[in-house]
Amino acid sequence: MLVENFLEQSAEKFPEKEALVCDFSRLTFAKIESFANSLAQGLIAEGVKRQERVVVFLEPSVEAIVSIFAILKAGAIFVVLNPQIKSEKAVYILNDCEAKLLITDSNHLLEINDRLKDCKSLGSIVVVDFESSPWGGDRSNTKKIISYNELIKSFPPVRPSKCSIDIDLASLIYTSGTTGFPKGVMLTHLNIISAANSITQYLENTSADIILNLLPLSFDYGLYQVLMAFKFSGKIIQEKNFLYPYRIIELLLKEKVTGFPIVPTIAAILLRMKNLEKYDFPHLRYITSTAQVLPPNHIIHLQRIFPKAKIYSMYGLTECKRVSYLPPEELQRRPSSVGKPMPNTEVYLVDPAGRKIEEPHKIGELVVRGANVMKGYWNLPEETDAVLKPGPIPGEKVLYTGDLFEMDEEGFLYFVGRKDDLIKVGGERVSPKEVENVLHSIGGVSEAAVIGVEDEILGQAIKAFVVFQEGYKLNKEEIIKYCSRHMEIFMVPKYVEIVKELPKSLHGKVKKRELR
Amino acid sequence: MNKLSQEEIIKIVKEYITENFLPSSGLDSFENEDSFMEKGIIDSTGVLELLEFIEERFNIRVEDEEVIPDNLDSLKKLSLFIKKKLDYAG
Repeated sequence: MLVENFLEQSAEKFPEKEALVCDFSRLTFAKIESFANSLAQGLIAEGVKRQERVVVFLEPSVEAIVSIFAILKAGAIFVVLNPQIKSEKAVYILNDCEAKLLITDSNHLLEINDRLKDCKSLGSIVVVDFESSPWGGDRSNTKKIISYNELIKSFPPVRPSKCSIDIDLASLIYTSGTTGFPKGVMLTHLNIISAANSITQYLENTSADIILNLLPLSFDYGLYQVLMAFKFSGKIIQEKNFLYPYRIIELLLKEKVTGFPIVPTIAAILLRMKNLEKYDFPHLRYITSTAQVLPPNHIIHLQRIFPKAKIYSMYGLTECKRVSYLPPEELQRRPSSVGKPMPNTEVYLVDPAGRKIEEPHKIGELVVRGANVMKGYWNLPEETDAVLKPGPIPGEKVLYTGDLFEMDEEGFLYFVGRKDDLIKVGGERVSPKEVENVLHSIGGVSEAAVIGVEDEILGQAIKAFVVFQEGYKLNKEEIIKYCSRHMEIFMVPKYVEIVKELPKSLHGKVKKRELR
Repeated sequence: MNKLSQEEIIKIVKEYITENFLPSSGLDSFENEDSFMEKGIIDSTGVLELLEFIEERFNIRVEDEEVIPDNLDSLKKLSLFIKKKLDYAG
């Protein structure tokens, strides 16, 4: 089994069933399969070979989803970039994964155009809006620019012969690391299929399910919504964002949505609406939430508004996709728990010396065993060894999550905190170091420290402390503006405090605890 | 309040957006027709703050059903929406 089989099997079983609704397009499985086959043929003709990396830098869209499956069909590895990232990071990732080809649109191409000459491995760029692009193609760079539509038109919708096996890599998902540089999580076909099997099993998905996806495809939680819907031959309603709450309500009602994956931030936004109680959502079967524990008052509120929906509180990390879920019937009794391991996954807690903790209510680092655990970080053997360590079977590797948990007598898990200082903003992992690096690049900044502070909507928000050298000074707005040009919007500090000095330990390390 | 012209409404809202959201969007300026969504001027938490601001500043109540791109997703649309609410109230 390979990940592209999700689409292929659905296209065989339910060719005329509606599979994807996005913007004003409604596509059947047969149509998506046909586009993906043609594009895969085109990619192969462009020289993309087995296990080479192809990067998708697009808003969540029909083209992005077709591209993911086309890349897999070509035997290559897909890398989806967050559509918000700025040129430095995009170029960093293109180079880090040694991308052979990029699929993007004119807006995103403009963002990185000046720096494309630094992307040595990159040969061709496929542009989805090539024909209508206002940019018209800056031919000054050395890359070959190809029209996406032209590629699809030029090649027959014939499935390329299979060259992958299931221990080949299917995707690299880039995630923030403590070092300040994003790391590519290596996932094989088998990793993705194992996780998808377990999740669709406990959510009891069927081909009658209709999923509303407000999350980006660069985020594993968003990506898996599409992959899993194609696996169980359901329908996916893909949105670009969740800016206007009523639009979400409209879609839930109009599209008769049965499954609604959220992060606590989406719940916080919906729950700010005035009269949600007056709507009836007879079709909504379940709501899933991950990335952060749902605050208890959100749970009560969600249950009142969506009385027929089961609420699944879950926990996971990109390195293994999902770890645990709380059976909905347990939610009243243990609202702060993220439950027990999902099917086919095993967990245990270890103390700082790496010894397994047997007694309940003792805090330890969560260790995960399962076929869903990643192969490691792309080209980062040391970072990989720090999290993938020997397990119970000789030669086996298990995942040390870096997350501290407590387990009760019945084996239910409770999140306690991180071992490192990664911050979670609206469900996205933010490395303080990455934000500090950008702050340091501002002229005259001598020191910077970034912490997470509590935020009603985002869970945590970024707060930056900045020290200027004598004679330099920017105001808060200028600092925020600089940051927003060099990082994704969720990483931009919400609060900036300009200080004379930072509290430090005897060894000169910033004492972040005192900044809180 | 309901004597405000559309131009005056634009001025008030523009000042608020420029002060509160523009720095984090990375833009220097924006046009009346620019989509907040497409230009990345406002994010999802920003929409809530913007709603609170216009409800308080113009003393209007924005219903759930009105929180849609057609009413809010540019300075022009937003000012027309506010003007309509004010005229109706008046």
